[in-house]
Amino acid sequence: MTSRRDFLRGCLAGGAAAASAVLPETACARDTLQRPPEGLGLLYDATLCVGCQACVAACKQANGNPAEFSAMDKLWDSPLDTSGHTFNLIKMYRNGTMETKDAEENGFAFMKTSCMHCADPSCVSACPVSAMTKDPVTGIVGYDADACIGCRYCVAACPFGIPKYQYDSPTGKIGKCELCRHRHKDGHYSACAEVCPTGATLFGRTEDLLAEAKRRLAAKPGEKLVVPRGRLPKPGETAEEAARWKGLVDQSYEAVAGTYLQHVYGEKEYGGTQVLKLSAVNFQKAGLPDLPPKSSAATSETIQHTLYGGMIMPIAVLAGLTWVAKRNVVPEDDDQKGGKQ
Amino acid sequence: MSAHHPAAPVGGKLFNLPVMICSLLIAAMVAVLFVRFIFGLGAVTNLNDGYPWGIWVVFDVVIGSAFACGGFSVAMLVYIFNRGEYHPLVRPALLASLFGYTLAGVGVLFDLGRWWNFWHILWPGYANPNSVMFEVALCISCYIIVMWIEFSPVFMEKWGMKVQKKKLEKVLFFFIALGTLLPMMHQSSLGTLLVVMGPQVNPLWQTPVVPLLFLLSAITIGYGVVLFESCVASSAYRMEIEMHLLQPLAKVMLGMLSVFLIVRFGDLVVRNAFGHALQPTLEAFFFWLETACFVLPYLLVGTAGARRNPARLFLAGVAIMLGGVLLRVNGFLIGYDTGLGVDHGWNYFPSIAEMLVTIGMFALEVLGYIIITRRFPVLPRSAAAH
Repeated sequence: MTSRRDFLRGCLAGGAAAASAVLPETACARDTLQRPPEGLGLLYDATLCVGCQACVAACKQANGNPAEFSAMDKLWDSPLDTSGHTFNLIKMYRNGTMETKDAEENGFAFMKTSCMHCADPSCVSACPVSAMTKDPVTGIVGYDADACIGCRYCVAACPFGIPKYQYDSPTGKIGKCELCRHRHKDGHYSACAEVCPTGATLFGRTEDLLAEAKRRLAAKPGEKLVVPRGRLPKPGETAEEAARWKGLVDQSYEAVAGTYLQHVYGEKEYGGTQVLKLSAVNFQKAGLPDLPPKSSAATSETIQHTLYGGMIMPIAVLAGLTWVAKRNVVPEDDDQKGGKQ
Repeated sequence: MSAHHPAAPVGGKLFNLPVMICSLLIAAMVAVLFVRFIFGLGAVTNLNDGYPWGIWVVFDVVIGSAFACGGFSVAMLVYIFNRGEYHPLVRPALLASLFGYTLAGVGVLFDLGRWWNFWHILWPGYANPNSVMFEVALCISCYIIVMWIEFSPVFMEKWGMKVQKKKLEKVLFFFIALGTLLPMMHQSSLGTLLVVMGPQVNPLWQTPVVPLLFLLSAITIGYGVVLFESCVASSAYRMEIEMHLLQPLAKVMLGMLSVFLIVRFGDLVVRNAFGHALQPTLEAFFFWLETACFVLPYLLVGTAGARRNPARLFLAGVAIMLGGVLLRVNGFLIGYDTGLGVDHGWNYFPSIAEMLVTIGMFALEVLGYIIITRRFPVLPRSAAAH
């Protein structure tokens, strides 16, 4: 009978940790994080993009990345996807005869692939050594190679497939867009936006970019629409604030409003991203995942903090286990009972 | 150990065929690793950005550590649930765990792209307590140390350190408690690793209860591994199989397995995810393969009569281990899809060189087990033929 009672007591102590795993939605619940108010980002408008890849070349130059070849002649940079050495790429959707731009049937469309700078990034939550961090002011998701151990959990975690590892090197790093934060001090903003000839990629505060995106969605398809290029100034920007950045403030020109889907990609996905996208072609067909408004980082950290918050649960379980073990573990020369039968 | 079954070295020659084979496999592994560290991961592995984790993570670490749960499962049965009759199984099981975990810890280094920074994970300045990987790494590191302490009486017996052994035994209960808590923590967290990957993981494996599934399956695998190891060790060393222990242990294993299966299928029904198992997909096929492995032990050792057959006990252990392999491979590789169904053209199948490293690691474990059981008091003496 003693044995049975001890068995039940053991069940109680041992089961506590296990049972807690099924109660994730408790006091330690961690909500999906929101974008910081001054967060910086990009607005990519696929209907304005002409697929010239100037942004791809500028990105390579700004980040000191080598060319990557997919053709035998190795004449020019031709990466097929983003990689540890390619942080930005314009991909193409193709269908049927490919006659019409921005048409799903018998058409084609472009889509920019680069870091979305999530409000609640999976890579930052995943990184065990804080090599991936989110700047509390700019919201830029940055990478520190000196801290990184190369476990590639960030690569596995990102639903956009953005952080990538340099498998070709014995000292490989993770490569990803950091919104050209290393150039900000010289007055340069994201190189992709700086060079974009049509304003398809626009740099600015995400809040302003979101308003700009909604302005475009409100326009009638085909109607004349003045669109900015380069950097989108914030409303009521002073000359002093504008002087922080190089380049002309107003590079706007008259374009034609596209037949947009009424969806700003990145407004709500995974709690929102700081890079926003507009498209006339279904976003999933153009290569972007269909994501819920709740971030996975929130789910994962809720589970972790429920189990390990303040180490209360582990210490309580350890106390229980120690108490039970002390009764059952008998020193070697005392072969009476318990573990030493 | 017990008065009736004191542990003793098996003895015998160290140079024989199994040892030679293990040594060759280990040499092959060292050669591959040489290339890996000079030229990088891409030179020997088929890893890519769609599948950044291959068999070195999933087999060597996630599965390797689950296979090493024998020590934890048996110690919990003996010391927490006070089933002293299983005590002769503790040392052999703990030894296998010790090797499994130590090598999983070393194996991680092969896979780390920036391995010289590995100490960051234990250094407070770099810590990210939000990261599941951080918890796993810290917890496994602590557990490896705790296990060496738990196992150290074996060395003290061999080298006649009676005073030190007595002192250690006074506080051993605390390390045994710690050695029960730590695997509960990281074996569940190894499952939680999947959660942040979000919808990239098929709903058959992406669930908030995945930590519980991994923990319950790890405990079950622990008993399966003991059945497997006891049968293999008995046959290799020509010792009597401890049927009087393995029979009831198999029953305990089936009990744990039932709890696991109730949670597994209850969760699928509650989340309305069972439909994914009924589609004509590769994922669904592997789900049923995994389930079949977990159900097989009921057919093999479901009755008391069947449990008297050592071959059936052995096969039941193997089936549980295979089920555990599939649960983990399915979650991390088969059911994982970068870009959620948007076809980016990523594929992964391990290269020969990658497999040589994984095989070499298992060979290293077998070699270590042979050397220690032949020279140190681990296996029960009464059953030893030598």
